[in-house]
Amino acid sequence: MNYLEVEDLRVSYHTPEGEVPAVRGVGFGLAAGSKLGLAGESGCGKSTVALALLRLLPRSAGIRGRILLDGEDVLTMRWGRLRAVRWAGASIVFQGAMHSLNAVRRVGHQIAEPIRLHGSVPRDRVPQRVGELLDQVGLPGWRARSYPHELSGGQRQRVMIAMALACEPRLVIADEPTTALDVMIQAQILRLLDRLVGEHDISMLMISHDLSVLSGSCDRLAVMYAGRVVEEGPAHAVVTDARHPYAAALGSAFPTVGDPASRRAPHGLPGDPPDPADLPSGCAFRPRCAVVEDRCAAIDPVLWPVDSDSAGSAGRSAACVRVLDSAAPEDTGAPDGAETATTRVADPDTTLPTQESGAQY
Amino acid sequence: MTTHAGRSRSATPASAPAVDTPVLATQELRVTFAGRGGRAGAHAVDGVNLDLRTGEIVALVGESGCGKSTLARALLGLERPSAGRVVFEGEPLRYATRALRAYRRRVQLVLQDPTGALNPRHTVYDAVAEGLRIHEGHARDERERVAGALSRSGLRPPERFLLSYPHELSGGQRQRVVIAGALILDPEVIVADEPVASLDVSVRGEILRLLLRLRADPGLSALVVTHDLGLAWNIADRVAVMYLGRIVEVGPVEEVLTAPSHPYTQALLSVLPESGASSPVVLAGEPPDPTRVPGGCRFHARCQVLASGRAQGVADRCRGEDPGVLEGGTEARVACHWANAGD
Repeated sequence: MNYLEVEDLRVSYHTPEGEVPAVRGVGFGLAAGSKLGLAGESGCGKSTVALALLRLLPRSAGIRGRILLDGEDVLTMRWGRLRAVRWAGASIVFQGAMHSLNAVRRVGHQIAEPIRLHGSVPRDRVPQRVGELLDQVGLPGWRARSYPHELSGGQRQRVMIAMALACEPRLVIADEPTTALDVMIQAQILRLLDRLVGEHDISMLMISHDLSVLSGSCDRLAVMYAGRVVEEGPAHAVVTDARHPYAAALGSAFPTVGDPASRRAPHGLPGDPPDPADLPSGCAFRPRCAVVEDRCAAIDPVLWPVDSDSAGSAGRSAACVRVLDSAAPEDTGAPDGAETATTRVADPDTTLPTQESGAQY
Repeated sequence: MTTHAGRSRSATPASAPAVDTPVLATQELRVTFAGRGGRAGAHAVDGVNLDLRTGEIVALVGESGCGKSTLARALLGLERPSAGRVVFEGEPLRYATRALRAYRRRVQLVLQDPTGALNPRHTVYDAVAEGLRIHEGHARDERERVAGALSRSGLRPPERFLLSYPHELSGGQRQRVVIAGALILDPEVIVADEPVASLDVSVRGEILRLLLRLRADPGLSALVVTHDLGLAWNIADRVAVMYLGRIVEVGPVEEVLTAPSHPYTQALLSVLPESGASSPVVLAGEPPDPTRVPGGCRFHARCQVLASGRAQGVADRCRGEDPGVLEGGTEARVACHWANAGD
């Protein structure tokens, strides 16, 4: 069984202008010890998904769907149970460690806080545990007495990781863990996360706008656009051979140094992400899509298995009419349950390509 | 005095323009910030020769704290060098108020965060016209020139944007407004500090394409300060890699980024997630402190080549002898005893 199972997650924010859907039906599973990357531009809903997993969203957010953490639904959990699950069941490494750490408390104190609250370690052994955690993330023990401003960006991110590991969670959610860090520090942090997650058999959900970072760290990737997963599959396949035009554009926005195709040829994607309050009819990516067709205005494609005949498409799915074309109905059986992380693909028995975007929520 | 070192590698770059005098150059430039309370000063820029030729895009890459932003500020006349000089069109930069003002209309800065660089209560028109008003007062052809700068930056038709406020624009459009503000005075040089770092990935390509297109404009050169080697690969003609106040490797992008000579450049390239390097070289620790520049080669304490023993023959020089300041010019050069001793 998957340690984390997200089913048809929908989040909308109540605003004076009405309901604004930020997440419009996202599902995925994450087996113990596996790593899933969630990619997309700002505003695509990826951070909203991360916060929803531990019910950290503001009151103005309405959440529907199911989030099963070790079989228990986080969304219906009682408050006391939720407090126990946060940190110990799953923890988050936030982006921007400067803002997530308390500027007037020593970092050792901040790492000790979740340990004390959860009482997992006897009170007199807490400082020793803090020392162990600092050691694990590659910081000397005396750094416990430092304030956040005395640390560099990379060191602060190490402190955040130590906090996330403090209560020995089985899932770590890393939200842009290396954004704003230099390449060398980024490499250090990614290597550290990779090592710790492997050593402690932790599952990881890593969120980033940078597909290349995710492809190096994760087993599988899910690309989000306008509140939905539009492509999902093994990390390497999604980066090198994307089937959804948006995933392809996102992948080529980061050039490969040394690749003659990108020399003096930066790739971008014209236009802007859609306003979640005013989505286009049909496919949400339609206005920016280079291969748009007439029918895209009428069809709101769901995530659908990529034709399994073509090479390297096992366990892959994409939400594009062109993928629907190539997949014969009998090929579209339920995804292999043995996958380490699978995105829930629409049930092929339900009417597929005819739902209007307005009927989605 | 420091010794000039550096090895010139084979072919001259195909892309470099055939103009001899650089439009903008630094000569043995040093910028030192005084330490407070008797502490040692920080050698932010510690001897740099860098040439920028007409029609050329040079990428200055390095980690935070390596001095690349200080070097850019010195090029704009915003920092006074403690030694060496900035040379514009063959003349040393003068720091008298009036001279600086004339200089700054010819060498323009593009900041990294367009949201912070634009006044939220100024329209696009005001934002773009501001530089013009500072330098020429109210020009009679102001409106045409604002519209011209906007369309050069890819905001077309310009009339649609003139009365917009920054919050009505997307991130990419805001960055274009900032670039239009720099272009309106027809500068010879643009210095762009992380021009796409705060932009979304899909917008990034658009802005880089714009910079590449501007390079085709007659007489415009650009120095792009960035930590992003992919950006250098995308748009730059030459790349200069900076470490702890010095340029440690410089040369045509194709040479430096596909066959790096300096161990530091090699390490930077090996950790790119998409590099697929079989054994990425993750340097331990943080970049060292510019108040305590190590003796010998400033990189020796973190150097993976020295640590591996491959540099046995020159190890004493690495620890004891400064490889020196690289010369300017367009040829590939590297400040490394090991690389210069022959591969």
